Amino acid sequence: MKFAVLVFPGLTCDLDMYHAIEETVKQDVEYVWHTEADQLDQFDAVLLPTGTSYGNYLRPGALAKSSPACKQLQAFAESGKLVLGVGNGFHILVEAGILPGGFLRNQSLKFRSARETVRVENNNTAFTKEYTQGQVLTLPVANEFGNYYADEQTVEELKNNNQIVFTYANENTDGSTEAIAGITNEKGNVLGMMPLPERAVEEIIGGTDGTALFQSIMNNRGEQHVN
Amino acid sequence: MSINHEPTAEQIKENRLYLQMGMTDAEYERAVEKLGRTPNYVETGLFSAMWSEHCSYKSSKSVLRRFPTEGARVLQGPGEGAGIVDIGDNQAAVFKMESHNSPSAIEPFIGAATGAGGIIRDVFSMGARPVALVNSLRFGDLTDPRDKFLFEEAVAGIASYGNAMGIPTVAGEVQFDQCYSKRPLVNAMAVGLLNHEDIQKGVAAGIGNTVIYAGATTGRDGIHGATMSSSELSIEEEQELPVMQAGDPFIEKLLMEACLELVQSDALIGIQDMGAAGLTSSAAEMASKAGYGVELNLDLVPQREENMTAYEMMLSESQERMLIVVKKGREEEVIALFTKYGITAATIGHVTDDKMLRLLHKGEVAAEVSADLLAEDAPSYQKESKEPASFAENQAIENTEPQVTNLKETLLDLLQRPTIASKEWVYNQFDTGARTNTVLAPGASAGVIRVRGTNKGIAMTADCNSRFIYLDPEVGGKIAVAEAARNLVCSGAEPIALTDCLNFGSPDKPEVFWQLEKSADGISEACRKLNAPVIGGNVSLSNEVNGVPIYPTPTIGLVGIVHDLSQVTTPGFKQAGDAIYLIGQTETEFGGSELQQMIEGKIFGKSPAIDLDIEATRQQQLLEAIQAGLIQSADDLSEGGFAVALCEGTFGSQGLGADVTVEGSAITALFSETQSRFLVTVQADQVAAFEEKVQDAVKIGTVTDGEEIVIKDAEGTVLVEGTVEEFQTAWKGAIACLLNSED
Repeated sequence: MKFAVLVFPGLTCDLDMYHAIEETVKQDVEYVWHTEADQLDQFDAVLLPTGTSYGNYLRPGALAKSSPACKQLQAFAESGKLVLGVGNGFHILVEAGILPGGFLRNQSLKFRSARETVRVENNNTAFTKEYTQGQVLTLPVANEFGNYYADEQTVEELKNNNQIVFTYANENTDGSTEAIAGITNEKGNVLGMMPLPERAVEEIIGGTDGTALFQSIMNNRGEQHVN
Repeated sequence: MSINHEPTAEQIKENRLYLQMGMTDAEYERAVEKLGRTPNYVETGLFSAMWSEHCSYKSSKSVLRRFPTEGARVLQGPGEGAGIVDIGDNQAAVFKMESHNSPSAIEPFIGAATGAGGIIRDVFSMGARPVALVNSLRFGDLTDPRDKFLFEEAVAGIASYGNAMGIPTVAGEVQFDQCYSKRPLVNAMAVGLLNHEDIQKGVAAGIGNTVIYAGATTGRDGIHGATMSSSELSIEEEQELPVMQAGDPFIEKLLMEACLELVQSDALIGIQDMGAAGLTSSAAEMASKAGYGVELNLDLVPQREENMTAYEMMLSESQERMLIVVKKGREEEVIALFTKYGITAATIGHVTDDKMLRLLHKGEVAAEVSADLLAEDAPSYQKESKEPASFAENQAIENTEPQVTNLKETLLDLLQRPTIASKEWVYNQFDTGARTNTVLAPGASAGVIRVRGTNKGIAMTADCNSRFIYLDPEVGGKIAVAEAARNLVCSGAEPIALTDCLNFGSPDKPEVFWQLEKSADGISEACRKLNAPVIGGNVSLSNEVNGVPIYPTPTIGLVGIVHDLSQVTTPGFKQAGDAIYLIGQTETEFGGSELQQMIEGKIFGKSPAIDLDIEATRQQQLLEAIQAGLIQSADDLSEGGFAVALCEGTFGSQGLGADVTVEGSAITALFSETQSRFLVTVQADQVAAFEEKVQDAVKIGTVTDGEEIVIKDAEGTVLVEGTVEEFQTAWKGAIACLLNSED
């Protein structure tokens, strides 16, 4: 399996994602710089790391939409292959219209770095099959705009389609609608989440609860059309 | 600023316009004499910037020479962007600490952010990838709205820059004292890693080689920043300061990636950050260090404002800019590399053999001065030094205990002192886990970063108890280094080298200069004893508000090696039944202690004493015990003394308590700040092996699973008893509580 870590300028945590693939599923993984994304279809999955793309100017993730790579990303998502966006990568997926909703500044109005408990709300996705339904994970968060917002109708749709994959289990500190921590698109082949599974793949850095997410991708790469 | 009609050389002399630029009469005369003529406006600006304290260390050079700077691991000592030490396996750690105090006193968010940005550039300009950030902060005691504002904004500023760069902040310290009211200290440290062959230097060598400018465009921001940083701040002056330079971490991230790619190219000759005094210092220093000259055509400098003069361009401190020298003929590929990252790069000059810094602007020679004259020939002052009367007065005071009636209430009060309280409010704003190498994040004794591909770690900490240094600068200087080393040792690391940031009042005050000299002596002696040379640093003088200097604050940034990551140790207790040991005798030493400040509202008397031989032996023995796997948890005793450390051991655990018995006077046992002491826990079956290795350890109690803290005296009388929760709640919420309280 071949992974692309798609790097928009300012997505500083590309390395975290790259190492997570090497550490967990040990597959081919390449950095793809945003101006060199025209061969994206040769990859089996695209990973959007976190960071501060374009300095978070205008809105987090907003300016990445203007990069030619965004068109490639939309086409890739459309093709049904797997796309994972975490943190600022989630922002980009929302701004690009691939996932619904929007983001507000954290309720504290400050950047917040912490370990959060996250509940698996839907383990029947290509990203979560290796977890059990309702499993509570401990994952790091690190963001200033982690406050996911969706209007009532969107929430209704997300619920009806089982698109809410992760919620904050104990405290919803940043104030997300319905304590949402991660959602998929309708098809289930694109996952966006604020917690950072790629930072939880080794005991030495504080835990391995993110490992199963990458194993799920690996084991379920052919089944993304099931949903 | 109207600069369309620049004063002539004669007018500058006649009207002593150099005074406004921060030059003294004597300095101007020295410049005239060395130059052999009166300098024009641009040249006067070059002299004023390069001969400022910030760039030349003219007042502190004599003191800096006292530091030991050599050691078996040292690959680069002071003098470059950052120091470098060997860490084995052909790898090296690159680090430096720098102050951004003056800008942070005015615009705390921007000032602190650009401080982080500058120190990151210093590290990657050496060819190293920055892997961790550390900071050391000082503010007034959070009773004044302005101090609250400075604190909140400075923390947010550092966070904004480091987080956006994707570099984790893994350690730091914050202390609060009224001496820093309205004059905060913001010291930032960056640590990088590189392979030996990638070490770069800031040199402009090889006649005809090309000088390239890369990074953000040049604007009128920060003009004369270096000079401003070297002067005192009066409250009135805040209204009329120059436009401050603002940073953009987004540009810096791209610039860093481009520079780190460039380091791998054989086209590169030299690279240096345009820091304080911008283009002037980078060009003059690169030429001077290499023994060459540099000719720049300022028309080619990428500019963000119209009609900029040569003077403005040379003295601008616009951020995120690098000066690079590449082999002639390789310009295009280098510029293409920067362009790929969206970074502006332009050829602006070349290396010459005449050792001059020559500036061309609009077809004319705007300035022509020897690079050595600017970079090397700044005046050096032996400032007058005088022991302050207060020193002898303090030394004459007997060590006594402060009056305490209720031990438990006192402990709860101490835990809520902002200097002692949990710093979660601060470090939760920092991205501590980016790059997925953080083994110990803020909240432990030191930060530890894994060196990927090895089983080693780099440990780092920043420390300085300025109250001790105020009472006794020499002893306090020793304590600052020793405490930093204790923090590393408690984390399982061997200290290897340090950087310092010497924050003092005005060197023109003989008492301040005496503090500087004495503390440097103390630091130097401790460095020698603990085998940690000084490999770089920064001096920040004239930290005064309305003529009152801050406490002398020579912040120590210490770096060490964890030889095996399984040896990383934390202060939190690990399991019930473990024996609790106190290493080191406790004396009645309250001079400069947190308890004294809290009860008396001031500090006085003698600083706690320190014996560096005892210190070194204990550290060595403890480190060996940790490496032998005999230690469950380790913490040094610092502000607040034993009782605070005991509480912290339970706070860092999962639902454990402690039951201990202390000897002697309760107030001393609980709250004295005697040095060279540690609190460790040892598994019951390893007690014998531990006692054999660590001489001065006394078993004082046991880790319990009762979630209670009980401290008794030798007769069995309970001195303090309470739940972990009540102590922890007080400690955890104190800073947020202070910030939210109305005055």
